Amino acid sequence: MGKQNMDKSKTNSRVIMAQAERESAQLEPTRRAFLRGSAAGIGAVAAMGATGGAAMAAGNPENLPPNVPEWSKMLGDSVTAEPYGIPSQYEKNVHRRTVPWLTPTGESSISFTPIQDLHGIITPNGLHFERHHGGFPHIPKEDFRLIVHGMVKNERMFTLQDLMRFPQVSRIHFVECPANSGAEWRGAQMDKLQFTHGMVSCCEWTGVKVSTLMEELGVKPGAKWVLAEGADAAGMSRSIPIEKLGDDCILAYAQNGEMLRPEQGYPLRLIVPGFEGNMNVKWIRRLEFGDQPWHHREETSKYTDTMYNGKSRRFTWSMDTKSVITSPCPEYPMLGKGYHQIRGLAWTGAGKIKGVDISVDGGKNWMPARLEGPVFNKALTRFVFDWEWNGQEVLLQSRAYDETGYVQPTIDQLREIRGTWSIYHNNSIHTWLVQKSGEVLNVQVSGK
Amino acid sequence: MYKFPVSKFALGLALGGFLITSQAFAGDEMKYGFGVKPSDEEIAGWDIDIRPDGKGLPEGSGTYDEGEALFAEHCAACHGDFADGGGGRYPPLVGGTPGELSQAVRPGQPHKTIGSYWPYASTVFDYIKRAMPFGNAQSLTNDEVYAITGWLLAENDLHDSDEPMNAEALKKVVMPNVDGFFDDPRPDVKNPHCMKDCFKTVEIKSKATLGVTPTGEDALR
Ligand code: HEC
Repeated sequence: MGKQNMDKSKTNSRVIMAQAERESAQLEPTRRAFLRGSAAGIGAVAAMGATGGAAMAAGNPENLPPNVPEWSKMLGDSVTAEPYGIPSQYEKNVHRRTVPWLTPTGESSISFTPIQDLHGIITPNGLHFERHHGGFPHIPKEDFRLIVHGMVKNERMFTLQDLMRFPQVSRIHFVECPANSGAEWRGAQMDKLQFTHGMVSCCEWTGVKVSTLMEELGVKPGAKWVLAEGADAAGMSRSIPIEKLGDDCILAYAQNGEMLRPEQGYPLRLIVPGFEGNMNVKWIRRLEFGDQPWHHREETSKYTDTMYNGKSRRFTWSMDTKSVITSPCPEYPMLGKGYHQIRGLAWTGAGKIKGVDISVDGGKNWMPARLEGPVFNKALTRFVFDWEWNGQEVLLQSRAYDETGYVQPTIDQLREIRGTWSIYHNNSIHTWLVQKSGEVLNVQVSGK
Repeated sequence: MYKFPVSKFALGLALGGFLITSQAFAGDEMKYGFGVKPSDEEIAGWDIDIRPDGKGLPEGSGTYDEGEALFAEHCAACHGDFADGGGGRYPPLVGGTPGELSQAVRPGQPHKTIGSYWPYASTVFDYIKRAMPFGNAQSLTNDEVYAITGWLLAENDLHDSDEPMNAEALKKVVMPNVDGFFDDPRPDVKNPHCMKDCFKTVEIKSKATLGVTPTGEDALR
């Protein structure tokens, strides 16, 4: 190593390492938490929930009957006061959040959808969870190209305009990061719904079916795999079996009716319905047809699942059937005894959700919930359950099953087969402990 | 392996009813003819992927000493002078063995590095070329990527530090964990659809009272 280089890199290292140290001080959640004392965390959550509820109930008396509020007397804003409409200023707390200690940088990191605040199957565009590996680029649409090459009869390069001329399809599908609930493999860790389950979103995706391009370009015999590659600074690349691509995958340029958001892959991304989020390559620039998988970093070092014995599953693409109760939840505790409509979301990479059951005793007994349609293929599906809460402590769970008959498993069942090093694909039944105070706590239970 | 439904394209079903485009008149097989044929040069500029069989490996070569100097200049700031993560938060790139990936052997954390976990050496070249150094991706020449790849593999005792690294040398490297992977066996869990008296007792095993969840501003970067 040249001396000059060494000096340079030392200075560099010092700056960056100082930063790394600052960040690593936040690591080791378990130890830190024990040092801090465990009660503090819950107290804060409870306080938040309680103040929120109280404030909403109180309001400003001058605006309440019999008084007539300001807004009933004065003109409101004119049209185009907000040329691109934004949410009410009173919903400012509804936004994506991240967990800074999870990753060393914000460019290769995750943000979570606030599913505790959402009320339909569609995730608004500004709230779709993010997972970038090299930050999200801003690509001018005129500088976008998609190259399709390799084992195809006609290699082709497309502009966005070219792709928009092909027959168009629109499908509603969820996208879930396989690391969703990944922090919970060893035990209940995150104390809010946004962080236990917020790496799932669901949008209407519009674009051209990959099968349309395959028919157009002609796939050569022997082609079995396609490398999908992004134009971002991570050059995200995944090997995808050609059967899946030709079945239901979409090269999407629009999301919920408007062009993709930059953080969702503008101007073009791949949608691989029901498969792990990472395969839905954003800012896609290349599809290469070949006869073998590439075994790239994101399908070997990452997105593989190490079992108890140290052997690892690879190509674990499909997202298994999963559900979670979104009301009540830690962010929105119970407001009192009596009627409460339990609400939640279920989804499956296997196709359609067939049903969801609710347990109020930690899984001893189950009662069917009602699916609150629409029920789409590989899409978030809402369920509701009319419940009378008697004010006692309750272990609340939801359990989804799909049209193949597969039933969402318990965390014990998953751990027994996989150990706790999987990181990915934790689709276990989730438990909320509803306390007498109405506060809701993330817990894990074991039934015998 | 994952089973797929027989898809329309596999059956070769044509959709029919399309207008014949001018391209089609030109003797092209394409129905729509949108887009252009990319030149070899255009494809080559973006076609950077490498496969385990060596397909895609470019010409070029680099030595251990070059690799060491390049790593110090471009990589060590994050990954540590010895590529061991430097005690920081960036991934370690050396150390560990496949044996230590077993939870019985090492109950704490699996020690996953290029040496202990990655099944193919081609992926090292591919990933460094496409994504590193973080923040200045696709800036290294092929010679430089070979040199750093060779150095990293040598530090993992997987390459002779006296030998230069190049396409031929890279193809010969057999990674220790090459047999450590198997295809997805799911569905692996069968939860019976029990509705009544499924358990006699239910015990709370853990509670999320660690206080590690961000609460306010700390939930933003
Ligand atoms: C600015 C910090 C930084 C620098 C400089 C840097 N890296 Fe990285 N490196 C990262 C981060 C962050 C990741 C993880 C990225 C992710 O997971 O998306 C990473 C991941 C890697 C990985 C994959 C590790 C694994 O186990 O999957 C390799 C290999 C790697 N870097 C090699 C290099 C090399 C070689 C260089 C120098 C040419 C380099 N890095 C320079 C930050 C850096």
